[in-house]
Amino acid sequence: MSDAVLDIADLTIGLPPGADRASAVQGMNLVLRAGEVTCLVGESGSGKSLAARAVLGLLPPRVGVAAGSIMFEGQDLTKATPAQLAKIRGARIGMIFQEPMTALNPLHSIGRQIEEVLSIHTPLDRKARRDKVVALLADVHLPEPARIARSFPHQLSGGQRQRAMIAMALALDPKLLIADEPTTALDVTTQAQILHLIHDLQRSHGTAVLFITHDFGVVADIADQVAVLQRGVLVEAGPRDAVLDNPQHPYTQALLAAVPRLVVPQRAPQQPGIVMLESIKARKEYRQRALLGRGRTTVALDGVSVALRRGETLGLVGESGSGKSTLARAMTRLLSIDSGDIVLDGDEITRTPQRLMRPHRQKIQMIFQDPYASLNPRQKVVDVIAEGPIIHGLPRAEAEARARELLGLVGLDPSAADRFPHEFSGGQRQRIGIARALALRPQVLVADEPVSALDVSVQAQVLALLADIKARLHLSLLFVTHDLRVALQICDRIAVMRQGAIVELADTADIYHAPQHPYTKALFAAVPGAAWLQKEAAHAAP
Amino acid sequence: MRRWRYFGYRLVFALPVVFGILVLNFFLIQLAPGDAASVLAGESGAASPEYTALLREKFGLDRPLLEQFLAYIANALQFNLGYSFRNDSPVFELILARLGPTLLLMLTAFGAALGLGTALGVLAAVARNSWRDALISVITLVCYATPVFWLGLMLIVVFSVNLNWLPTSGFENIAEGYEGWERWVDIGRHLVMPGTALGLFYLALYTRVMRASMLEQTGMDYVVTARAKGQTEGRIVFGHMLRNAFLPVLTMAGVQAGNLIGGSVVVETVFGWPGLGTLAFNALQSRDLNLLLGIFFMSACLVVLINLAVELLTITLDPRIQA
Repeated sequence: MSDAVLDIADLTIGLPPGADRASAVQGMNLVLRAGEVTCLVGESGSGKSLAARAVLGLLPPRVGVAAGSIMFEGQDLTKATPAQLAKIRGARIGMIFQEPMTALNPLHSIGRQIEEVLSIHTPLDRKARRDKVVALLADVHLPEPARIARSFPHQLSGGQRQRAMIAMALALDPKLLIADEPTTALDVTTQAQILHLIHDLQRSHGTAVLFITHDFGVVADIADQVAVLQRGVLVEAGPRDAVLDNPQHPYTQALLAAVPRLVVPQRAPQQPGIVMLESIKARKEYRQRALLGRGRTTVALDGVSVALRRGETLGLVGESGSGKSTLARAMTRLLSIDSGDIVLDGDEITRTPQRLMRPHRQKIQMIFQDPYASLNPRQKVVDVIAEGPIIHGLPRAEAEARARELLGLVGLDPSAADRFPHEFSGGQRQRIGIARALALRPQVLVADEPVSALDVSVQAQVLALLADIKARLHLSLLFVTHDLRVALQICDRIAVMRQGAIVELADTADIYHAPQHPYTKALFAAVPGAAWLQKEAAHAAP
Repeated sequence: MRRWRYFGYRLVFALPVVFGILVLNFFLIQLAPGDAASVLAGESGAASPEYTALLREKFGLDRPLLEQFLAYIANALQFNLGYSFRNDSPVFELILARLGPTLLLMLTAFGAALGLGTALGVLAAVARNSWRDALISVITLVCYATPVFWLGLMLIVVFSVNLNWLPTSGFENIAEGYEGWERWVDIGRHLVMPGTALGLFYLALYTRVMRASMLEQTGMDYVVTARAKGQTEGRIVFGHMLRNAFLPVLTMAGVQAGNLIGGSVVVETVFGWPGLGTLAFNALQSRDLNLLLGIFFMSACLVVLINLAVELLTITLDPRIQA
């Protein structure tokens, strides 16, 4: 085809010995055309990022292209010399990354970092470069571009940083833009804006885009063409609508089935139970202290009142900085509040001293976001789970027996008990985390983004497990998440938080069908692939 | 502008530290058994109690502790650190005369160790796992493990006694009566060996830290970004990574400024360098308490000043630090 910009043929990327497989990418074929967005989709470890980096010759040490070719403007990039690659990078092919904070040099101003691209590839003088930088920043709709150019990365928000990265990548109007999960680290409303921006710029410049993502919602919003990668093998590729609506390969089908739908599942109506855990006008401030002059005050919780009833799942939904995690931590007394009250099972525990908290702690347990960081790497799984009951006075043998029993309950083999956390996958570790939380036979579980770090297929399994255990053990669940789709799946009621306050609290079905607050509506509108998910939902519910 | 405001804060914070040192100083004198009067009386051979009492009155030692304390602070604030009877001269003048050589020695050793250490660290990191890296590792290990006094003596044996390239000791060759440039060259020749002896350990330390810090930066995302811009490897190392990697080295160097003063006592003694170190050593030998405490105070102030300088450098290099 004449307008093919990039032609990847039989690409195989070898991994160093000792890796879980011989090659990260195996015999991949993909053609990118001008003016089209190609989404490369896969779960973690599928090799999608390495495939993208191979295009620019940015593979990590000891990982290299073993076979195949990457043709770009009549040149095979796998055989290009470093000097030839340097000419192409930044000028003909731009790249943006997942985490704009770390992808920018913290010590250089935004303007200087964009200017660098111009000084490498163009003969422009200093004045012309400066002007061009400001124009570029204006193109990505940054307010006050001249001020942004003088700013350092830490002075901007995540969305602004990613806009600056896009300005840098598109500075010289490249033929190809590689975007490696560029919106994964951003809030959902910011993500929607950035996707929009990439889409607009790409259309107006006729740029070909290789867009790496794990999120089919994003695919539905932005892709022209979709390629699905499973453990390094390209299992399916084609136009977006064909792949989304009529997937051929079983893996694609499974992935799509696991995407949380924007729909409220049918649930048996519940009797409102008694209140198990309640926050009454909880207020928490953080003051930045200054020696002279006034310090800045951040209100993390602005008089929040919310009650979790027995047997229900209450969702706390919000973007980063909304105070949802702070509220969850305040309600578990992991964090003290300035004013207001926390009531657990009829007992006011707001100011109970730590040493008297122990009997209360047994009733309420937490599940954390990061299954890697929240387990002590030097502790065997059985010790991780049994530690709580032993602290609360259960004999060791009994506690260990309970630990093994719980492993069965969360769907792990009892032999897992004698292994260490690093031997498990992310999903398995989250199961261990759940078992650990259950070991004290709590009445309330507080889950802080328990599935955010997991792949979508694993996410579905863990959510199902949580719902099942909650029903079987008659628990109350406080579920913190940034993802409305996940909240709709599992929650009975949802509280939408913003800037330390609850802006809307209603039954899940009500909030879905008739959101009242403008912010709730904005959140629903920003869910990646909202239109596609709605269409899917309409299909599924005849 | 912001930088200077932050620096101002730090300066304000340094004042209580200096005051704390003064207080500590005063009570150290009080802790020592006996007082200046009894020491002097004892040294005069046969002193009657009346004479001792007279001395006490003369020195104000019979007044209440608080009054003495306030007088001491007031004096110290006017840089009056007392009188050294051994040297028959005010302590402050003695210290001032020795401050120059010590500062010269310390700053030379510190600057050279920091500069060369950084350069070697970068070189080792860039040529990771090559023969250059291995060679630098071996050299740093040897420097690391060599005691300063032994190194000093060996330098004298090799370069002064056997090769006769450099003078064995002292600050300058007064007998030659050099003027202007010639004098500075002469001082420089005297400085080489003590500076080397003092700085080599820190050179090794900074090299190792800089190498590790550079390797850490190698894996950073912004390095990949720079590469994706088409930047050359050399520019990536010097334009992007160097400053990021240097920050932890600088922080550590600032903390260690105090150790450098301690090290200079040994080095100055070995090389007969007329600085605070030899002065302190002599004061210790002759139990000249006033002088010793004066030196203690001045070195503490010196450490505070060096820390302030390092801090200023850090906030100049790192825009993330703000008041």
